[in-house]
Formats: sequence, C-alpha cells, structure tokens
Amino acid sequence: MRKILLSLIIVVIAITFLGRLSYLQIFSFSAEQVLEDPAIKAIYDYPERGYIYDRNGHLLVGNDPAYDVMVIPREVKPLDTLEFCGLLGIDKDKFVEKLKKARVYSPRLPSVLVPQLSKQDYAKLQEKMRKYKGFYIQKRSLRYYDTPSAANVLGYISEVNEGDLAVNKYYVQGELKGRTGVERYYEDLLRGRKGVQYIQKDRFNRDIGPYKNGTIDTLPEQGKQISITIDKALQEYGELLMNGKRGGIVALEPATGEILSMISGPTYDPALLVGRERSKNYTKLYNDTIANPTWDRSIHAQQPPGSPFKTLNALIALQEGVLEESSTIQCYHGFYVGKKKRGCHCGGGLRNMNQGIYQSCNAYFAGAFRKIYEKFETTDEGMDVWEKHMRSFGLGDYLGYDLPFGQKGRIPSKEYYDKWYGDNRWSSSYIISNSIGQGEILATPVQLANMTAAIANRGHYFTPHILKKIEGKDITESKFTEAKHTTIDPKYFEPVVQGMADVYRKRGGTAYWLQIPDIEIAGKTGTAENFTKIDGVRTQLTDHSVFVAFAPVDNPKIAIAVYIENGYFGSRYAGHIATLMIEKYLKGEITRTDLEKRMLEKTLEAEYAKPYSGEEFKINERVW
Amino acid sequence: MGKSSKLTSVSGRSILKRIDWLSVFIYIALVFIGWINIYSSTFTDEHSSIFDFSTLYGKQMFFIGVSLVTIVIILALEVNFYERFSSLLYLMSMVSLLGLFVFGKTIAGATSWYDLGFFNLQPSELAKVATALALAKYLSDIQTDIKRRKDQLYAFLIILIPAILIIPQPDPGSALVFFAMIFVIFREGLPLFYLVILLSLILVFVITLMYGTVWLIIGLALIIIILFASKRKTLKIPIIPLSLISVAVILFSLSVNFVFNNVFEQRHRDRFGLWLRLEKDPNKLEQIRKSIGYNTYQSEKAIESGGFFGKGFLEGTRTKGDFVPEQHTDYIFSTVGEEWGFLGTATVIILFSVLFLRLISLAERQKNAFARMYGYGVISVLLIHYFINIGMVIGILPTIGIPLPFFSYGGSGLLFFTILLFIFLRLDTNRLKESF
Repeated sequence: MRKILLSLIIVVIAITFLGRLSYLQIFSFSAEQVLEDPAIKAIYDYPERGYIYDRNGHLLVGNDPAYDVMVIPREVKPLDTLEFCGLLGIDKDKFVEKLKKARVYSPRLPSVLVPQLSKQDYAKLQEKMRKYKGFYIQKRSLRYYDTPSAANVLGYISEVNEGDLAVNKYYVQGELKGRTGVERYYEDLLRGRKGVQYIQKDRFNRDIGPYKNGTIDTLPEQGKQISITIDKALQEYGELLMNGKRGGIVALEPATGEILSMISGPTYDPALLVGRERSKNYTKLYNDTIANPTWDRSIHAQQPPGSPFKTLNALIALQEGVLEESSTIQCYHGFYVGKKKRGCHCGGGLRNMNQGIYQSCNAYFAGAFRKIYEKFETTDEGMDVWEKHMRSFGLGDYLGYDLPFGQKGRIPSKEYYDKWYGDNRWSSSYIISNSIGQGEILATPVQLANMTAAIANRGHYFTPHILKKIEGKDITESKFTEAKHTTIDPKYFEPVVQGMADVYRKRGGTAYWLQIPDIEIAGKTGTAENFTKIDGVRTQLTDHSVFVAFAPVDNPKIAIAVYIENGYFGSRYAGHIATLMIEKYLKGEITRTDLEKRMLEKTLEAEYAKPYSGEEFKINERVW
Repeated sequence: MGKSSKLTSVSGRSILKRIDWLSVFIYIALVFIGWINIYSSTFTDEHSSIFDFSTLYGKQMFFIGVSLVTIVIILALEVNFYERFSSLLYLMSMVSLLGLFVFGKTIAGATSWYDLGFFNLQPSELAKVATALALAKYLSDIQTDIKRRKDQLYAFLIILIPAILIIPQPDPGSALVFFAMIFVIFREGLPLFYLVILLSLILVFVITLMYGTVWLIIGLALIIIILFASKRKTLKIPIIPLSLISVAVILFSLSVNFVFNNVFEQRHRDRFGLWLRLEKDPNKLEQIRKSIGYNTYQSEKAIESGGFFGKGFLEGTRTKGDFVPEQHTDYIFSTVGEEWGFLGTATVIILFSVLFLRLISLAERQKNAFARMYGYGVISVLLIHYFINIGMVIGILPTIGIPLPFFSYGGSGLLFFTILLFIFLRLDTNRLKESF
C-alpha cells in the first residue's frame, strides 16, 4: 500500500492534467481568427471608393478629401490653447471638453478632435501643426456629388453598425458602407478591397514588428469606376419638373432595358448626407413621414395603374382570339360592376379597338375583359390564362433590376379571389375593374415603364438595369442582355401601338394637344381612383395622374412611365411631364416653353395638404 | 561523455553500463523541450545565435552546458561520498540560507539570491538537495525507528528548518516544496494517521471556503447519522472520540473562516477565490482577471488558443506579445500549450509521469536504504514542483510561484534539479551493494 500510493498519485495527477488540458485545448478551443487575437493588430490601407459616371461619361459621384484633426491624449504637450482653438475654429471650452472625452476613450489611441475641416482651415492649420505635439491631421475621403439629383438612384453611404459587423466579417468599426441605391447594390465593386498589414503587439498594445513577417498582409484593391445608365441631363430635368409634386418617373431605353432616368418626388440633394451635417439632415429627411423624401416612389410606390393597363387587355384579347381589331363594342357611357354603373368619358357609341384605346373607352375594355373570360369554361381557367399573360410583362413580381429594394406590385390570381370571396364564389363581373387597371391591380412606376418598353419592342423587353459599364467595359450579364419575351405574338402589337399613337395623332385622342413637333409618340393616359383613410373613414382623394409613352413610334428610343399622385387627369401632370421628358431626351431642348413653364411652376402642395387640413374638401377640381 | 572515462578510469565503463538510460533520456528530452520553449518565449529578431549570452536562451544554453559538466563530476565521484557528506552539506546549506538575511540579493521582492557576479545563486535550490540527502541519511540510520515519536519529530525538523528559513525571504512556494518530503517518511513507516489528518485538514479548508461552516456541520451530522443507522447492531460506536473529532473539525472550520477573513490579505483571498471559483459576480470576476488573476487568465487563454496541434514553433502570438508574464520562468508550460498544442502538453506530462514512475521503480529496487530514501526524496521534490507549477499554469491550483523542473528558465534551478536527479542515478549504479 505504501509502495503504490505515490505511483497512484502520479497517475491521478497525470489524468487530472490531461483532462484539464483536453478541456482547454480540445473542447474550449475554437480556431482563433487572426483579427480576434488580441496579440495581432490589423492596420488597414483603404482604397479610394470608385467614381460613378452617367451614361454619357459625365461625373455623378466622386470623392473629396476631408481632413480630421486627431489627438493622442498621452502625447499632448502643453500648448497655446487660445491660438490652437483659433486655428481649429472652435472655442476653448469645447476644446477642453473634447480632449477630456478623448482621454476617457483611450489615452494611447487616436481620437477625432475636429472632424472634416474645410480646405481653407486645413491649409491654415497644416503649416503650424508641428507646434502641437500629440495632434495630427488625418486625411479621409468623402463622397462628392457633381449633381443635385438622383439621390434615390445613387444612394448614400454611412458607417457600419453592429448588425453589419455581425453579418459581414469584412467590415470593421468605423468603415463606410453603401446603404441604398447603387452605392449599396454595387458596394463590392465601388468599395474595392482594403489592404491589411498585420502587426504583432505586446500586452501593452505596443507594436513589436510584423506578424509572420508580413507574409499574409495584402495590398489594397482599388474601387472600380462605374458608369450607370442614367442620363444626367434627363434626370436633372425630370427632377425640376417634379417640383412640388409627388410621384415617380421612370424612363427606359427599350432596346436595352437601360434606365435613363428614375425620379422620385419629392427628393433631396444627395450632398445633404455627407459631411458634418449628415446626421442632422438625415434625421430631418427621415422624420418627414408625410412627403417621405427618402422613399423611392419609382420602385416602391405600388398604385393602381389605371388606363395604360387597357393596352395589355387589348393585347390579351387579340392573342386569345376573342376580339379582332375591327370588332366593336357598344358604349353606353359606362359599364356595370355588379349593379353599380361606372362612367366613361369617351362619348359613347360603337367603339372599335383603335377608338377604345385613343379615347380610353372604359366600356370597350370591360367588354373585352369579359370576352376573355367567357372563352373558357370556368372563370378559374380564364383567370390563369389572363394572369400568365400579365406576368409575362414583368408585372406582379420583382423585375430583377439591380437596385437593392423594390416592390412586387400585384396581379391577382384565382387564389387571391378565392380567399377574398370564397372558393368559386366570384366571376369575371366581380373583377371587371381590372379591365381598366383599377380593382386589385397594383404596379410600380418602373413596372409601368417596363410594360411600355415591351409594347414599344412589340413583344419583348430587357430587364431594366442601372449598371452600364465597369471600368469602361460594357456589362455582359446575360440577365440584362437577353430579351424576355411576352406571351403575346408580335403581330398583335401593331394595332395597339397605332391606337397609342392615335392618342397623340387624332383629334379626340386624350393627349392630342401634347404632341411634339416632328416626333411621333405613342402613349396612353391614365386616371386612377384612389382612397385613403381619414379618421378611420375611407375617403376618396383626387385621382392619380398616370401616363405611359414611347417614342419614336417606329424606332423607340425611350419608353417612359409617369405617375403623379393626385394629379387628376392623366394628360394633366403626367402627360405634360412625359412629353417634355421625351422631347428633352430626343431633341436635347424644349420647343414648347409654355408647357415647360407650366410644369416648372405648378405644384400640388395644396392638393396634398387637403387630407390633413381637417376640413371638408373637394376632389378632382376641374380648374388648374 | 568522453571525459568521464578519464576521471573514473576504473568504474567509468561500468557506470555507463549500469546507469538508467531511460531516466537519462527523459531528462535530456525535458531539458531540450524546455530550452526550445525558452527560446521561443524570449526570442527576438535581432538576436538569432543560440549562444548569444546576452539573451536569456543563450544564458540557459550556457547553464545546460554547466549542468552536463556537473553530471560528469557527479558520476565520477565515489558513490559513498554523498552519504558521508550529507550532514555537512545540510549544515552548510542551512548556513547559506541564514546568510541570506545578511548578504542576500533581492530580486522581485524576494531576498533569495547570492550575487556571484556572473550569476545569481539561489541557496534554497541547494537546500532541496541537502535536505533530501540529510533526511535519507537520518532515516536510514540503524538507530532510527520511525515508529517512535521522538524520531518522527527529528525527521520533521529536518524538513521544517529549511522551510522556516525560506518563508521569510519571502518565498512560501519554495518552502512548501520541503513538506512534500513527508512522503519519504511516510514510505518508511510513518503511520497513515498523519496523512489522513493532513488530507482532512485540506478537505475541511476547501469545504469551508466553498460552502461555509454551516453546510460543513450539516454534512458532518449526516455522516454521523448514517454511521449510527448502519452500524448500530454490530459495532459499538466510539462516541467520545467521534464527538471530539467533530468538535475539532468545527473549530478548525471556524478558525479557517477567521484566518481567511482577518489574517489573509486581500490578494491571498483573491487567489483562493479565483482558484475555488468563489466569485460569481461577472464584473468582479473580470476585475480579478485583470489584477490578481491576470497571469492565470492569460496563461489559460494562451494554452487554449493552441488547440490540438498548436500554432507551431515561434508562431505563438500571445507568447511573442508577452501576454503571459513570467512566461519563460514559472509560466513556461503555457508556451508549450500555445505553440505545440495538446500534442505538446500531453507529451510533456507523459514524459514527466514516466520519469516519476521509473524513479519509483528504481528506488524500490535499491538494496541500500539510504539510496532508496534519497530516491523518494528526489521524486517528492520533483513531483511537487511539477504538480504545483502545471496545476497553476492550467488554472486548477492557486498561484504559487515555483518553477517547472528542467523547463523553467533559471541557472540555479536547472543546475540543482540536475544534481538532485543525477546523485540518485549515480547511487542507482551501485544498487546491488547493500552498503557502499
């Protein structure tokens, strides 16, 4: 017993030690990332963020140097505070307070004392900086905007937050990241890749040389210069026209799907979200929940499309063979939804398709819609076919454009109505409002523009996109370069296109007086009823003014959708803006200065104030 | 060892033949691994020669050389030299410990060294060898009977004197080492009773700190009840001794509370608190980790970050960054953990364990009582160092600063551990003779 006791103790100790070590080194061990190792410091070399140009090579976004005055509290020597404060442009109390704050943060590590000096202040300060020990100037790069427009498209960048850090290991505290628009979607391209130098530290946080002799260090990779499809001049012009109006404008190049302009009103100057005033401005914009300037209506606003939708119903009726171009339908100044009559402004009488389109006859399309459904034995079948055709125009789902956000819009399906009315307890007459783009249909301006482009191309479209070139080379992504074909045979498009052209061409066409000299346009007006809730009561507001158009008719260069909230007739605000935009794009100048003047001056602020006035108000006022 | 044949021309060959090569091999392996890790934890890019004596690893290399020469001398000396001079050596070493009070050099707050110019000699290291020898000599004396109280007392005194002289340096860690030699007395027949008392005291101490006196009393009561319930019929229960023991335990427990709260300083309390995981408040725990528990925490983290395979030689980032203080001395094992992983730490522990077990079997095969008892002295001293040092470094024992034998940086340490071990290996070459 005495002889083996010591041996036993030795074995027990060995087992205990091995147990503890395996607990530490095998069970608790998790492969330590280099960046989590407290003995390794990473020093980053940041590449310049890529510039953004418009489709014609005009600069939209560049970078501006900014200068931060930094301080390392421990190294500060007594100084002439008064003179220094004078140079910095801050008062002494603030200086003392900031210095104290920096010391609390860390006496050894640098803190920002004064952020983003102006160039003038920097020039003055630079020469005298040597005198002030413990202070130095750090150059940073800020976004610089060469345009006051396109804030919604370009997006903004801001510092990463805890959430970003948890999701993406690339970022470290204090780095910038695209938040919306192009800055967000093409973050990886624009940002480039920072270079890293790993430094071995000791326990006092002092550098003691490169880690692994620098073998795992990396060089920075420059951010890419990109060109986007936006036409700077058109975009800026559109935003001028949107003065005092809410809504969205999207213009596409039908042959490529390139987004020529994408306007949301009201908007803001992108420069507001850069620099010292950034957070103040951001709060102000963000808190404006009524006008909502940070909400991109061109891709977010889902609204009933109104009459432009008739063109699609016409195409489906032709494709399904339930109507011919020459078929006529009698208009009795309206049509019935159940027992309720809805009016029609076309004047009444026997209407064919051409007249139905250019005079926007509600009754004609209600009839066409019913005929589509009557072709099939059950409403369900009819619904499926109709829905399939609609979706082939990119409606009712995300289009797949290269912007980070967006809405699907809505093309109702049979399931939708089964849920709404009960299984098979509905028929085409229940949903007849869909024939004229009211009812349950919703679309965003970019979807309307895309639909128009598909008509302009006579049966196909290219997915709308914003990226044109990377470092001067055209994009080759097949998603954007391959045509998407609609389910409508190209031969059926011509009558509809002619109808749309007659909207401008023929006396009695809804946009007859909005023609552009020497340019043939095809378009379609829309006037969309809409409702809101005021104190819980469903209240109708002034109709939305909608317009879609493309030009020239035979070789379309531009397809556009304009959606102006509460602008009443389609030809009023939306029609004006569409025709001006097309002229601006195709001719580069405006010949009809009276139209232009009217749009630049007229605002809808009074209209938008109505629901908030707390008083009774009139809608759809005839005078303007 | 070419020189050895010259010095011991007669018995040289037989010594080389009879020496226990397994122990020698493990010794060399441990010294080699130790030096590799000292190199890694003190290495800087500027000095790359391993013989650069301005560096710590260079100095350690020098002492390895000195140790090898010393081994040759030890093996060359007559085998009965050690027994004959053990009393004198003991006396000399006690004097050298006393001398520290007058001539000692203070390093890091402890007056434990003599400044010999080229290096600092730590006499407590010498005392370990001398005490092991003296104890063996006294116990193996034909007139000593360990069953006698008086002889037990003398044996204890041999251990206690150096311990008492070392405590005020202050170096309580080294003093503790001497108590490990109780094992030698125990092996030679000290009643089990003493060991039971010692273990019980440790147990009561820990239970009191962890659960408090109240729970201790409840536990004690439960044990007594179970005792009564089970043995009522067959055995007479020794009621008086049992109640005396109970009272003694409770009194001891109360005194532990008193000493812990009133005699101990806060840093001692923190060390025990950290060890027994007494502190539950995460904020205070963080505080302790940054102050008193800093070494242990960093050392645990360094070992943990090594994982199974380790980061590789010279790749230990925490080692390079000096995150673990005293890493080349007391905390050298954490370098093994970080750079060589579990493979490395397990190898070292297995090497030590095999060495200890081998030494026990060597001790047991001695015909000569002095050699056997000295062997147990060697094992006790090495084992307690190994146990406390690694236990501390991996965070299962409180912080007690003693080096890891053959590993930790330090000339005196390496030299005297070598002497300690090789005197025994030299004795072992003569194992077949009952007397020298």
